[in-house]
Amino acid sequence: MNAHQSLAIGQPIERCEAISPAAAEPDAMVRFASISKTYPAYRGKPGVNALQNIDFAIPRGSITGVIGRSGAGKSSLVRLINGLEKPTTGRVVVDGRDISALAGRELRLAQRSIGMIFQHFNLLSSRTAADNIALPLEIAGWAKADIKARVTELLALVGIADKHDRYPSELSGGQKQRVGIARALATRPSVLLSDEATSALDPQTTRAILDLLANINRELGVTIVLITHEMSVVRQLARDVVVLDAGHVVESGHVADIFTHPKHPITQSFLAEVTGDSLPVSLASRIVAEPSAAGQAVIRLQVRGAGVGDTLVARLARELGLDVSLLAARIDEIGGQHVGSLVLGIPLGISGGEDAVARTLAFLSQHQFSAEHLGYVA
Amino acid sequence: MSPELINLIVQATFESLYMVGIAALLGTAFGLPLGVFLATSRKGELFAAPIVNRVLGIVVNATRSTPFIILVVAIIPFTRFVAGTSIGSTAAIVPLTIASAPFIARLVEAAIREVDGGLIETASSFGASPLQIVFKVLIPEALPGLLLALTLAVVSLLGYSAMVGAVGGGGLGDLGIRYGYQRFMPEMMLAVVVVLIALVQLVQSAGDYLARRVNRRLRHR
Repeated sequence: MNAHQSLAIGQPIERCEAISPAAAEPDAMVRFASISKTYPAYRGKPGVNALQNIDFAIPRGSITGVIGRSGAGKSSLVRLINGLEKPTTGRVVVDGRDISALAGRELRLAQRSIGMIFQHFNLLSSRTAADNIALPLEIAGWAKADIKARVTELLALVGIADKHDRYPSELSGGQKQRVGIARALATRPSVLLSDEATSALDPQTTRAILDLLANINRELGVTIVLITHEMSVVRQLARDVVVLDAGHVVESGHVADIFTHPKHPITQSFLAEVTGDSLPVSLASRIVAEPSAAGQAVIRLQVRGAGVGDTLVARLARELGLDVSLLAARIDEIGGQHVGSLVLGIPLGISGGEDAVARTLAFLSQHQFSAEHLGYVA
Repeated sequence: MSPELINLIVQATFESLYMVGIAALLGTAFGLPLGVFLATSRKGELFAAPIVNRVLGIVVNATRSTPFIILVVAIIPFTRFVAGTSIGSTAAIVPLTIASAPFIARLVEAAIREVDGGLIETASSFGASPLQIVFKVLIPEALPGLLLALTLAVVSLLGYSAMVGAVGGGGLGDLGIRYGYQRFMPEMMLAVVVVLIALVQLVQSAGDYLARRVNRRLRHR
Protein backbone atom coordinates (compact mmCIF):
# COMPACT_ATOMS: atom_id res chain seq x y z
CA MET A 1 0.00 0.00 0.00
CA ASN A 2 2.76 2.37 0.98
CA ALA A 3 4.74 1.58 -2.10
CA HIS A 4 1.72 2.32 -4.30
CA GLN A 5 1.13 5.62 -2.61
CA SER A 6 4.66 6.84 -2.97
CA LEU A 7 4.61 5.83 -6.62
CA ALA A 8 1.38 7.71 -7.25
CA ILE A 9 2.73 10.81 -5.55
CA GLY A 10 6.15 10.51 -7.09
CA GLN A 11 5.01 10.42 -10.70
CA PRO A 12 3.41 13.86 -11.13
CA ILE A 13 6.41 15.57 -9.57
CA GLU A 14 8.71 13.85 -12.00
CA ARG A 15 6.47 14.92 -14.85
CA CYS A 16 6.40 18.56 -13.77
CA GLU A 17 10.15 18.65 -13.86
CA ALA A 18 10.13 17.21 -17.34
CA ILE A 19 8.12 20.10 -18.80
CA SER A 20 10.39 22.74 -20.22
CA PRO A 21 9.33 26.38 -20.56
CA ALA A 22 8.75 25.98 -24.30
CA ALA A 23 6.68 22.86 -23.83
CA ALA A 24 4.54 24.49 -21.18
CA GLU A 25 3.10 26.99 -23.69
CA PRO A 26 -0.61 26.96 -22.92
CA ASP A 27 -2.20 26.65 -26.37
CA ALA A 28 -0.02 23.94 -27.81
CA MET A 29 -1.52 21.14 -29.90
CA VAL A 30 1.64 19.06 -29.71
CA ARG A 31 4.31 19.36 -27.03
CA PHE A 32 7.61 17.58 -27.02
CA ALA A 33 9.08 17.52 -23.51
CA SER A 34 12.70 16.39 -23.09
CA ILE A 35 12.35 13.84 -25.85
CA SER A 36 15.11 11.49 -26.83
CA LYS A 37 14.80 8.47 -29.09
CA THR A 38 17.47 5.80 -29.31
CA TYR A 39 17.29 2.75 -31.55
CA PRO A 40 19.21 -0.10 -29.93
CA ALA A 41 21.95 -1.97 -31.75
CA TYR A 42 20.44 -4.82 -33.77
CA ARG A 43 22.06 -7.59 -35.79
CA GLY A 44 25.49 -6.01 -35.94
CA LYS A 45 24.16 -2.53 -36.76
CA PRO A 46 25.19 -0.02 -34.10
CA GLY A 47 22.56 1.80 -32.07
CA VAL A 48 21.36 5.19 -33.30
CA ASN A 49 20.51 8.30 -31.30
CA ALA A 50 17.74 9.49 -33.62
CA LEU A 51 16.54 12.38 -31.45
CA GLN A 52 18.07 14.21 -28.48
CA ASN A 53 16.83 16.94 -26.14
CA ILE A 54 13.77 17.75 -28.19
CA ASP A 55 11.71 20.48 -26.49
CA PHE A 56 9.22 22.46 -28.46
CA ALA A 57 5.53 23.07 -28.92
CA ILE A 58 3.38 23.17 -32.02
CA PRO A 59 0.67 25.82 -31.64
CA ARG A 60 -2.98 24.83 -32.05
CA GLY A 61 -4.31 25.59 -35.52
CA SER A 62 -0.89 26.33 -36.97
CA ILE A 63 0.92 24.90 -39.95
CA THR A 64 4.38 23.94 -38.72
CA GLY A 65 7.15 22.72 -40.97
CA VAL A 66 9.75 20.31 -39.66
CA ILE A 67 12.70 20.43 -42.04
CA GLY A 68 15.90 18.42 -42.07
CA ARG A 69 18.20 16.36 -44.27
CA SER A 70 17.49 12.64 -44.54
CA GLY A 71 18.53 10.96 -41.31
CA ALA A 72 18.01 14.12 -39.28
CA GLY A 73 15.25 12.43 -37.27
CA LYS A 74 12.16 13.90 -38.98
CA SER A 75 10.39 10.58 -39.46
CA SER A 76 11.03 9.51 -35.88
CA LEU A 77 9.71 12.84 -34.66
CA VAL A 78 6.44 12.63 -36.59
CA ARG A 79 5.92 8.99 -35.55
CA LEU A 80 6.21 10.02 -31.91
CA ILE A 81 3.23 12.33 -32.41
CA ASN A 82 0.85 9.56 -33.45
CA GLY A 83 2.31 6.94 -31.14
CA LEU A 84 3.71 4.70 -33.88
CA GLU A 85 6.96 5.02 -31.94
CA LYS A 86 7.65 5.53 -28.26
CA PRO A 87 10.23 8.02 -26.99
CA THR A 88 13.19 6.58 -25.08
CA THR A 89 12.85 9.44 -22.60
CA GLY A 90 10.45 12.35 -22.25
CA ARG A 91 6.81 12.84 -23.16
CA VAL A 92 4.78 13.77 -26.20
CA VAL A 93 1.54 15.53 -25.34
CA VAL A 94 -1.03 15.79 -28.11
CA ASP A 95 -4.17 17.84 -27.48
CA GLY A 96 -3.58 17.66 -23.74
CA ARG A 97 -3.05 13.89 -23.72
CA ASP A 98 0.28 12.18 -23.07
CA ILE A 99 0.31 9.94 -26.15
CA SER A 100 3.67 8.41 -25.21
CA ALA A 101 2.08 6.89 -22.09
CA LEU A 102 -0.81 5.24 -23.95
CA ALA A 103 -0.89 1.68 -25.24
CA GLY A 104 -3.29 -0.83 -26.73
CA ARG A 105 -6.92 0.22 -27.07
CA GLU A 106 -6.40 3.65 -25.47
CA LEU A 107 -3.64 4.46 -27.94
CA ARG A 108 -5.76 3.30 -30.87
CA LEU A 109 -8.62 5.56 -29.75
CA ALA A 110 -6.25 8.51 -29.46
CA GLN A 111 -4.79 7.80 -32.90
CA ARG A 112 -8.20 8.47 -34.46
CA SER A 113 -7.75 12.14 -33.68
CA ILE A 114 -4.40 12.24 -35.50
CA GLY A 115 -4.43 11.86 -39.29
CA MET A 116 -1.39 11.11 -41.39
CA ILE A 117 -0.50 11.34 -45.07
CA PHE A 118 2.49 9.69 -46.71
CA GLN A 119 5.02 10.26 -49.47
CA HIS A 120 3.91 7.15 -51.35
CA PHE A 121 0.21 7.65 -50.50
CA ASN A 122 -0.11 4.13 -49.03
CA LEU A 123 -3.54 3.45 -50.50
CA LEU A 124 -4.95 -0.08 -50.55
CA SER A 125 -4.81 -1.27 -54.16
CA SER A 126 -7.74 -3.60 -53.50
CA ARG A 127 -10.10 -0.76 -52.55
CA THR A 128 -11.67 2.05 -54.56
CA ALA A 129 -11.02 5.68 -53.65
CA ALA A 130 -14.26 5.75 -51.64
CA ASP A 131 -13.47 2.48 -49.85
CA ASN A 132 -9.97 3.66 -49.03
CA ILE A 133 -11.44 6.75 -47.38
CA ALA A 134 -13.96 4.52 -45.59
CA LEU A 135 -11.25 2.32 -44.05
CA PRO A 136 -10.48 4.41 -40.94
CA LEU A 137 -14.23 4.83 -40.38
CA GLU A 138 -14.79 1.06 -40.60
CA ILE A 139 -11.96 0.62 -38.14
CA ALA A 140 -13.53 3.18 -35.82
CA GLY A 141 -16.79 1.20 -36.00
CA TRP A 142 -18.98 3.76 -37.80
CA ALA A 143 -22.40 2.68 -39.15
CA LYS A 144 -22.54 1.95 -42.90
CA ALA A 145 -24.90 4.84 -43.72
CA ASP A 146 -22.77 7.33 -41.78
CA ILE A 147 -19.64 6.12 -43.56
CA LYS A 148 -21.29 6.56 -46.96
CA ALA A 149 -22.34 10.12 -46.21
CA ARG A 150 -18.98 11.07 -44.72
CA VAL A 151 -17.04 9.60 -47.68
CA THR A 152 -19.12 11.59 -50.20
CA GLU A 153 -18.48 14.73 -48.17
CA LEU A 154 -14.72 14.06 -48.02
CA LEU A 155 -14.39 13.30 -51.74
CA ALA A 156 -16.00 16.68 -52.44
CA LEU A 157 -13.76 18.41 -49.90
CA VAL A 158 -10.59 17.22 -51.64
CA GLY A 159 -12.05 17.91 -55.09
CA ILE A 160 -12.32 14.41 -56.54
CA ALA A 161 -16.05 13.68 -56.15
CA ASP A 162 -16.01 12.04 -59.60
CA LYS A 163 -13.36 9.46 -58.59
CA HIS A 164 -15.63 7.66 -56.10
CA ASP A 165 -15.35 4.22 -57.73
CA ARG A 166 -11.83 4.46 -59.15
CA TYR A 167 -9.06 2.18 -57.98
CA PRO A 168 -5.70 3.71 -57.03
CA SER A 169 -4.12 2.27 -60.19
CA GLU A 170 -6.50 4.47 -62.19
CA LEU A 171 -5.55 7.68 -60.37
CA SER A 172 -2.71 10.16 -60.89
CA GLY A 173 -0.24 10.92 -58.10
CA GLY A 174 -2.05 14.11 -57.16
CA GLN A 175 -5.42 12.34 -57.08
CA LYS A 176 -3.95 9.55 -54.95
CA GLN A 177 -2.67 12.08 -52.44
CA ARG A 178 -6.11 13.72 -52.39
CA VAL A 179 -7.57 10.34 -51.46
CA GLY A 180 -4.84 10.06 -48.81
CA ILE A 181 -5.77 13.47 -47.41
CA ALA A 182 -9.48 12.61 -47.38
CA ARG A 183 -8.70 9.34 -45.60
CA ALA A 184 -6.53 11.12 -43.02
CA LEU A 185 -9.35 13.61 -42.33
CA ALA A 186 -12.11 10.98 -42.21
CA THR A 187 -12.33 10.66 -38.43
CA ARG A 188 -12.21 14.46 -37.97
CA PRO A 189 -8.73 14.60 -36.45
CA SER A 190 -7.36 17.68 -34.71
CA VAL A 191 -3.86 17.11 -36.10
CA LEU A 192 -2.79 16.20 -39.62
CA LEU A 193 0.73 14.84 -40.04
CA SER A 194 2.27 15.07 -43.48
CA ASP A 195 5.32 12.89 -44.03
CA GLU A 196 6.97 14.20 -47.21
CA ALA A 197 3.49 14.18 -48.75
CA THR A 198 4.53 16.10 -51.88
CA SER A 199 8.00 14.64 -52.40
CA ALA A 200 6.78 12.17 -55.04
CA LEU A 201 4.79 14.80 -56.95
CA ASP A 202 5.70 17.20 -59.75
CA PRO A 203 5.98 20.93 -58.89
CA GLN A 204 2.55 21.86 -60.25
CA THR A 205 0.77 19.05 -58.39
CA THR A 206 2.79 19.87 -55.28
CA ARG A 207 1.47 23.41 -55.40
CA ALA A 208 -2.13 22.21 -55.77
CA ILE A 209 -1.78 19.77 -52.87
CA LEU A 210 -0.18 22.44 -50.66
CA ASP A 211 -3.03 24.82 -51.52
CA LEU A 212 -5.50 22.12 -50.53
CA LEU A 213 -3.71 21.65 -47.20
CA ALA A 214 -3.79 25.41 -46.60
CA ASN A 215 -7.55 25.43 -47.27
CA ILE A 216 -8.09 22.53 -44.90
CA ASN A 217 -6.11 24.30 -42.20
CA ARG A 218 -8.11 27.49 -42.71
CA GLU A 219 -11.56 25.94 -42.99
CA LEU A 220 -11.36 23.04 -40.55
CA GLY A 221 -8.81 24.51 -38.16
CA VAL A 222 -6.77 21.33 -38.28
CA THR A 223 -3.22 21.72 -36.98
CA ILE A 224 -0.83 20.58 -39.71
CA VAL A 225 2.68 19.26 -39.12
CA LEU A 226 4.68 19.12 -42.35
CA ILE A 227 7.73 16.90 -42.50
CA THR A 228 9.86 17.83 -45.46
CA HIS A 229 13.36 18.22 -46.82
CA GLU A 230 12.28 21.00 -49.17
CA MET A 231 12.39 24.59 -47.95
CA SER A 232 10.05 25.59 -50.79
CA VAL A 233 7.27 23.52 -49.17
CA VAL A 234 7.83 25.22 -45.82
CA ARG A 235 7.93 28.61 -47.51
CA GLN A 236 4.66 28.12 -49.35
CA LEU A 237 2.65 26.70 -46.52
CA ALA A 238 4.08 26.95 -43.02
CA ARG A 239 3.87 29.71 -40.47
CA ASP A 240 6.34 28.13 -38.07
CA VAL A 241 9.39 26.08 -38.82
CA VAL A 242 11.57 23.70 -36.83
CA VAL A 243 14.98 22.86 -38.28
CA LEU A 244 16.32 19.44 -37.34
CA ASP A 245 19.89 18.29 -37.75
CA ALA A 246 21.42 15.07 -36.46
CA GLY A 247 18.61 14.55 -33.97
CA HIS A 248 18.69 18.06 -32.53
CA VAL A 249 16.45 21.07 -33.05
CA VAL A 250 18.99 23.62 -34.28
CA GLU A 251 16.57 26.44 -34.92
CA SER A 252 12.83 27.09 -34.57
CA GLY A 253 10.43 30.00 -34.83
CA HIS A 254 8.24 31.90 -37.29
CA VAL A 255 9.10 31.21 -40.91
CA ALA A 256 9.61 34.93 -41.64
CA ASP A 257 12.13 35.30 -38.79
CA ILE A 258 14.04 32.15 -39.63
CA PHE A 259 14.13 33.03 -43.32
CA THR A 260 15.37 36.55 -42.75
CA HIS A 261 17.87 35.74 -40.01
CA PRO A 262 19.04 32.14 -40.37
CA LYS A 263 21.66 31.35 -37.74
CA HIS A 264 22.58 27.72 -38.17
CA PRO A 265 24.60 26.64 -41.24
CA ILE A 266 22.01 23.93 -41.99
CA THR A 267 19.24 26.53 -42.08
CA GLN A 268 21.36 28.71 -44.32
CA SER A 269 21.98 25.85 -46.71
CA PHE A 270 18.24 25.06 -46.87
CA LEU A 271 17.58 28.72 -47.49
CA ALA A 272 20.13 28.83 -50.28
CA GLU A 273 17.98 26.30 -52.14
CA VAL A 274 14.97 28.59 -52.31
CA THR A 275 16.66 31.98 -52.42
CA GLY A 276 19.20 30.98 -55.04
CA ASP A 277 22.28 31.95 -53.02
CA SER A 278 24.21 29.57 -55.16
CA LEU A 279 25.56 31.21 -58.31
CA PRO A 280 24.35 30.37 -61.80
CA VAL A 281 26.65 27.67 -63.18
CA SER A 282 27.73 29.76 -66.17
CA LEU A 283 28.82 32.59 -63.87
CA ALA A 284 30.44 30.40 -61.22
CA SER A 285 32.62 28.69 -63.85
CA ARG A 286 33.97 32.05 -65.06
CA ILE A 287 35.06 33.36 -61.67
CA VAL A 288 38.84 33.46 -61.15
CA ALA A 289 41.04 34.56 -58.25
CA GLU A 290 43.17 37.10 -60.16
CA PRO A 291 41.83 40.39 -61.57
CA SER A 292 42.26 41.29 -65.22
CA ALA A 293 42.49 44.88 -66.48
CA ALA A 294 39.17 44.96 -68.34
CA GLY A 295 37.35 42.60 -65.95
CA GLN A 296 34.92 42.98 -63.09
CA ALA A 297 35.07 42.16 -59.40
CA VAL A 298 32.20 39.89 -58.30
CA ILE A 299 30.45 40.73 -55.05
CA ARG A 300 27.52 38.83 -53.62
CA LEU A 301 25.28 40.40 -51.04
CA GLN A 302 22.46 38.91 -49.03
CA VAL A 303 19.10 40.63 -49.00
CA ARG A 304 17.15 39.98 -45.81
CA GLY A 305 14.35 42.18 -44.53
CA ALA A 306 11.53 44.49 -45.50
CA GLY A 307 11.82 46.93 -48.37
CA VAL A 308 15.54 46.71 -49.01
CA GLY A 309 17.50 46.34 -52.16
CA ASP A 310 15.12 48.32 -54.31
CA THR A 311 17.22 51.47 -54.48
CA LEU A 312 20.51 49.89 -53.49
CA VAL A 313 22.08 49.47 -56.90
CA ALA A 314 21.13 53.00 -57.94
CA ARG A 315 22.54 54.46 -54.71
CA LEU A 316 25.72 52.44 -55.03
CA ALA A 317 26.24 53.75 -58.55
CA ARG A 318 25.43 57.35 -57.62
CA GLU A 319 27.25 57.68 -54.30
CA LEU A 320 30.40 55.80 -55.27
CA GLY A 321 30.35 56.81 -58.92
CA LEU A 322 30.54 53.17 -60.07
CA ASP A 323 29.04 51.56 -63.19
CA VAL A 324 27.69 48.63 -61.22
CA SER A 325 26.34 45.77 -63.25
CA LEU A 326 23.91 43.10 -62.04
CA LEU A 327 25.31 39.62 -62.79
CA ALA A 328 22.64 37.56 -61.02
CA ALA A 329 19.80 38.21 -58.64
CA ARG A 330 17.00 36.44 -56.89
CA ILE A 331 14.65 38.00 -54.39
CA ASP A 332 11.57 36.37 -52.95
CA GLU A 333 9.00 37.69 -50.59
CA ILE A 334 8.54 35.35 -47.66
CA GLY A 335 6.13 36.31 -44.92
CA GLY A 336 6.32 39.97 -45.97
CA GLN A 337 10.13 39.97 -45.91
CA HIS A 338 12.47 40.21 -48.86
CA VAL A 339 14.85 37.30 -48.94
CA GLY A 340 17.42 36.66 -51.60
CA SER A 341 20.77 37.63 -52.99
CA LEU A 342 22.28 39.97 -55.54
CA VAL A 343 25.50 39.33 -57.41
CA LEU A 344 27.10 42.59 -58.51
CA GLY A 345 29.87 43.24 -60.97
CA ILE A 346 32.22 46.16 -60.21
CA PRO A 347 34.18 47.19 -63.33
CA LEU A 348 37.90 47.47 -62.50
CA GLY A 349 39.34 49.30 -65.50
CA ILE A 350 37.27 52.45 -65.41
CA SER A 351 36.79 52.92 -61.70
CA GLY A 352 40.10 52.64 -59.98
CA GLY A 353 40.67 48.90 -59.60
CA GLU A 354 40.95 47.35 -56.16
CA ASP A 355 39.93 50.56 -54.49
CA ALA A 356 36.42 50.23 -55.97
CA VAL A 357 35.99 46.81 -54.40
CA ALA A 358 37.04 48.05 -50.97
CA ARG A 359 34.77 51.09 -51.24
CA THR A 360 31.81 48.97 -52.33
CA LEU A 361 32.26 46.52 -49.45
CA ALA A 362 32.55 49.40 -47.00
CA PHE A 363 29.38 51.00 -48.39
CA LEU A 364 27.45 47.73 -48.09
CA SER A 365 28.62 46.99 -44.58
CA GLN A 366 27.73 50.54 -43.60
CA HIS A 367 24.16 49.82 -44.77
CA GLN A 368 24.04 46.53 -42.86
CA PHE A 369 24.30 44.19 -45.81
CA SER A 370 26.29 41.01 -45.52
CA ALA A 371 28.47 40.89 -48.61
CA GLU A 372 31.37 38.83 -49.87
CA HIS A 373 33.95 39.30 -52.57
CA LEU A 374 33.84 36.13 -54.66
CA GLY A 375 36.60 36.87 -57.20
CA TYR A 376 36.81 38.28 -60.68
CA VAL A 377 35.42 37.68 -64.13
CA ALA A 378 37.10 38.75 -67.34
CA MET B 1 -12.92 -49.34 -73.22
CA SER B 2 -15.72 -51.16 -71.51
CA PRO B 3 -18.45 -49.34 -69.54
CA GLU B 4 -17.18 -51.01 -66.35
CA LEU B 5 -13.75 -49.49 -66.79
CA ILE B 6 -15.19 -46.06 -67.58
CA ASN B 7 -17.29 -46.40 -64.46
CA LEU B 8 -14.11 -47.13 -62.48
CA ILE B 9 -12.48 -43.99 -63.85
CA VAL B 10 -15.49 -41.83 -62.98
CA GLN B 11 -15.62 -43.29 -59.48
CA ALA B 12 -11.86 -42.79 -58.97
CA THR B 13 -12.15 -39.21 -60.23
CA PHE B 14 -14.82 -38.45 -57.64
CA GLU B 15 -12.70 -40.10 -54.93
CA SER B 16 -9.75 -37.93 -55.89
CA LEU B 17 -11.85 -34.77 -55.98
CA TYR B 18 -13.36 -35.65 -52.61
CA MET B 19 -9.96 -36.25 -50.95
CA VAL B 20 -8.30 -33.23 -52.54
CA GLY B 21 -11.29 -30.95 -51.98
CA ILE B 22 -11.69 -31.70 -48.29
CA ALA B 23 -7.93 -31.78 -47.67
CA ALA B 24 -7.55 -28.40 -49.42
CA LEU B 25 -10.33 -26.92 -47.28
CA LEU B 26 -8.86 -28.29 -44.04
CA GLY B 27 -5.31 -27.48 -45.14
CA THR B 28 -6.37 -23.89 -45.77
CA ALA B 29 -8.25 -23.73 -42.48
CA PHE B 30 -5.01 -24.61 -40.66
CA GLY B 31 -2.49 -23.21 -43.14
CA LEU B 32 -3.96 -19.74 -43.65
CA PRO B 33 -3.85 -18.63 -39.99
CA LEU B 34 -0.49 -20.37 -39.56
CA GLY B 35 0.89 -18.59 -42.63
CA VAL B 36 -0.44 -15.21 -41.51
CA PHE B 37 1.13 -15.78 -38.10
CA LEU B 38 4.47 -16.81 -39.61
CA ALA B 39 4.42 -13.64 -41.73
CA THR B 40 3.64 -11.31 -38.81
CA SER B 41 5.40 -12.71 -35.75
CA ARG B 42 9.08 -11.96 -36.24
CA LYS B 43 10.78 -9.37 -34.04
CA GLY B 44 9.10 -5.98 -34.34
CA GLU B 45 6.15 -7.25 -36.35
CA LEU B 46 2.41 -7.12 -35.73
CA PHE B 47 2.15 -10.20 -33.50
CA ALA B 48 5.83 -10.25 -32.51
CA ALA B 49 6.65 -13.63 -30.93
CA PRO B 50 10.08 -14.49 -32.33
CA ILE B 51 10.54 -17.70 -30.36
CA VAL B 52 7.11 -19.12 -31.26
CA ASN B 53 7.79 -18.06 -34.85
CA ARG B 54 11.08 -19.95 -34.82
CA VAL B 55 9.56 -23.11 -33.30
CA LEU B 56 6.61 -23.14 -35.73
CA GLY B 57 9.04 -22.58 -38.60
CA ILE B 58 11.01 -25.67 -37.57
CA VAL B 59 7.83 -27.77 -37.26
CA VAL B 60 6.66 -26.60 -40.69
CA ASN B 61 10.05 -27.39 -42.24
CA ALA B 62 10.14 -30.81 -40.60
CA THR B 63 6.71 -31.71 -41.98
CA ARG B 64 7.61 -30.43 -45.40
CA SER B 65 10.87 -32.35 -45.56
CA THR B 66 9.23 -35.70 -44.71
CA PRO B 67 8.50 -37.57 -47.98
CA PHE B 68 4.73 -37.80 -48.31
CA ILE B 69 4.62 -41.58 -48.64
CA ILE B 70 6.59 -41.92 -45.37
CA LEU B 71 4.30 -39.38 -43.67
CA VAL B 72 1.25 -41.42 -44.71
CA VAL B 73 2.64 -44.59 -43.15
CA ALA B 74 4.17 -42.91 -40.10
CA ILE B 75 0.93 -41.31 -38.93
CA ILE B 76 -1.32 -44.38 -39.41
CA PRO B 77 -2.11 -44.56 -35.65
CA PHE B 78 -3.05 -40.88 -35.67
CA THR B 79 -5.15 -41.36 -38.81
CA ARG B 80 -6.99 -44.25 -37.13
CA PHE B 81 -7.56 -42.08 -34.06
CA VAL B 82 -9.02 -39.19 -36.09
CA ALA B 83 -10.89 -41.01 -38.89
CA GLY B 84 -11.71 -44.26 -37.08
CA THR B 85 -9.92 -46.23 -39.78
CA SER B 86 -6.66 -45.99 -41.67
CA ILE B 87 -8.06 -47.28 -44.96
CA GLY B 88 -10.13 -45.53 -47.59
CA SER B 89 -10.56 -42.06 -49.05
CA THR B 90 -11.80 -40.47 -45.84
CA ALA B 91 -8.80 -41.78 -43.90
CA ALA B 92 -6.50 -40.48 -46.66
CA ILE B 93 -7.72 -36.94 -46.00
CA VAL B 94 -5.80 -36.95 -42.70
CA PRO B 95 -2.25 -37.27 -44.13
CA LEU B 96 -3.20 -35.07 -47.10
CA THR B 97 -4.29 -32.31 -44.71
CA ILE B 98 -1.19 -32.68 -42.56
CA ALA B 99 1.02 -32.45 -45.63
CA SER B 100 -0.82 -29.52 -47.23
CA ALA B 101 -1.27 -27.27 -44.19
CA PRO B 102 2.45 -26.41 -43.75
CA PHE B 103 2.83 -26.09 -47.52
CA ILE B 104 -0.10 -23.67 -47.68
CA ALA B 105 1.27 -21.86 -44.62
CA ARG B 106 4.59 -21.16 -46.37
CA LEU B 107 2.82 -19.97 -49.53
CA VAL B 108 0.50 -17.74 -47.48
CA GLU B 109 3.49 -16.37 -45.57
CA ALA B 110 5.19 -15.42 -48.82
CA ALA B 111 2.02 -13.78 -50.20
CA ILE B 112 1.43 -11.78 -47.00
CA ARG B 113 5.06 -10.64 -46.87
CA GLU B 114 4.58 -9.21 -50.37
CA VAL B 115 2.15 -6.62 -48.97
CA ASP B 116 3.82 -3.19 -48.68
CA GLY B 117 4.86 -2.62 -45.06
CA GLY B 118 3.79 1.01 -45.44
CA LEU B 119 0.17 -0.15 -45.47
CA ILE B 120 0.56 -1.76 -42.04
CA GLU B 121 2.02 1.48 -40.74
CA THR B 122 -0.80 3.44 -42.37
CA ALA B 123 -3.51 1.30 -40.80
CA SER B 124 -1.72 1.48 -37.43
CA SER B 125 -1.57 5.26 -37.76
CA PHE B 126 -5.34 5.49 -37.77
CA GLY B 127 -5.74 3.15 -34.88
CA ALA B 128 -6.37 -0.26 -36.45
CA SER B 129 -5.92 -3.24 -34.13
CA PRO B 130 -3.61 -6.04 -35.26
CA LEU B 131 -6.61 -8.24 -36.16
CA GLN B 132 -8.22 -5.41 -38.13
CA ILE B 133 -4.94 -5.00 -40.00
CA VAL B 134 -4.96 -8.72 -40.87
CA PHE B 135 -8.57 -8.79 -42.08
CA LYS B 136 -8.90 -5.33 -43.62
CA VAL B 137 -5.42 -4.81 -45.04
CA LEU B 138 -3.16 -7.87 -45.26
CA ILE B 139 -5.59 -10.51 -46.55
CA PRO B 140 -7.45 -8.25 -49.06
CA GLU B 141 -4.17 -6.85 -50.38
CA ALA B 142 -2.58 -10.30 -50.64
CA LEU B 143 -5.70 -11.90 -52.14
CA PRO B 144 -4.35 -12.40 -55.70
CA GLY B 145 -1.23 -14.06 -54.27
CA LEU B 146 -3.31 -16.11 -51.84
CA LEU B 147 -5.52 -17.43 -54.64
CA LEU B 148 -2.49 -18.44 -56.69
CA ALA B 149 -1.01 -20.10 -53.59
CA LEU B 150 -4.20 -22.06 -53.04
CA THR B 151 -4.24 -23.10 -56.69
CA LEU B 152 -0.70 -24.39 -56.38
CA ALA B 153 -1.66 -26.27 -53.20
CA VAL B 154 -4.61 -27.98 -54.90
CA VAL B 155 -2.45 -29.03 -57.85
CA SER B 156 0.15 -30.47 -55.46
CA LEU B 157 -2.59 -32.26 -53.52
CA LEU B 158 -3.74 -33.96 -56.73
CA GLY B 159 -0.21 -35.33 -57.03
CA TYR B 160 -0.10 -36.40 -53.37
CA SER B 161 -3.52 -38.06 -53.65
CA ALA B 162 -2.07 -40.50 -56.17
CA MET B 163 0.18 -41.84 -53.41
CA VAL B 164 -2.50 -42.60 -50.83
CA GLY B 165 -3.49 -45.58 -53.00
CA ALA B 166 -0.62 -47.30 -51.21
CA VAL B 167 -2.72 -47.39 -48.04
CA GLY B 168 -6.01 -48.11 -49.77
CA GLY B 169 -7.00 -44.52 -50.22
CA GLY B 170 -8.48 -45.01 -53.66
CA GLY B 171 -8.60 -42.30 -56.31
CA LEU B 172 -7.05 -41.87 -59.74
CA GLY B 173 -3.46 -42.66 -58.75
CA ASP B 174 -4.54 -45.89 -57.13
CA LEU B 175 -6.50 -46.85 -60.24
CA GLY B 176 -3.53 -46.13 -62.47
CA ILE B 177 -1.19 -48.27 -60.37
CA ARG B 178 -3.53 -51.21 -59.89
CA TYR B 179 -5.04 -51.44 -63.37
CA GLY B 180 -2.61 -49.59 -65.58
CA TYR B 181 0.61 -50.91 -64.06
CA GLN B 182 -0.10 -54.13 -62.18
CA ARG B 183 -2.69 -55.48 -64.68
CA PHE B 184 -0.78 -54.23 -67.73
CA MET B 185 -3.56 -52.02 -69.07
CA PRO B 186 -1.76 -49.13 -70.78
CA GLU B 187 -5.07 -47.64 -72.00
CA MET B 188 -6.17 -47.36 -68.34
CA MET B 189 -2.92 -45.66 -67.41
CA LEU B 190 -3.36 -43.24 -70.31
CA ALA B 191 -6.96 -42.48 -69.30
CA VAL B 192 -5.90 -41.74 -65.71
CA VAL B 193 -3.11 -39.44 -66.86
CA VAL B 194 -5.44 -37.62 -69.27
CA VAL B 195 -8.04 -37.05 -66.53
CA LEU B 196 -5.33 -35.78 -64.14
CA ILE B 197 -3.94 -33.42 -66.77
CA ALA B 198 -7.45 -32.10 -67.46
CA LEU B 199 -8.09 -31.58 -63.73
CA VAL B 200 -4.80 -29.72 -63.20
CA GLN B 201 -5.46 -27.50 -66.22
CA LEU B 202 -8.96 -26.76 -64.97
CA VAL B 203 -7.81 -25.90 -61.43
CA GLN B 204 -4.90 -23.76 -62.66
CA SER B 205 -7.06 -21.84 -65.15
CA ALA B 206 -9.75 -21.22 -62.57
CA GLY B 207 -7.12 -20.04 -60.04
CA ASP B 208 -5.44 -17.75 -62.58
CA TYR B 209 -8.79 -16.30 -63.61
CA LEU B 210 -9.85 -15.55 -60.03
CA ALA B 211 -6.45 -14.10 -59.11
CA ARG B 212 -6.58 -11.82 -62.14
CA ARG B 213 -10.11 -10.74 -61.32
CA VAL B 214 -9.26 -9.62 -57.78
CA ASN B 215 -5.97 -8.00 -58.74
CA ARG B 216 -6.56 -4.25 -59.00
CA ARG B 217 -2.91 -3.37 -59.09
CA LEU B 218 -2.27 -3.48 -62.83
CA ARG B 219 -5.63 -4.24 -64.34
CA HIS B 220 -6.61 -0.74 -65.34
CA ARG B 221 -3.33 0.59 -66.65
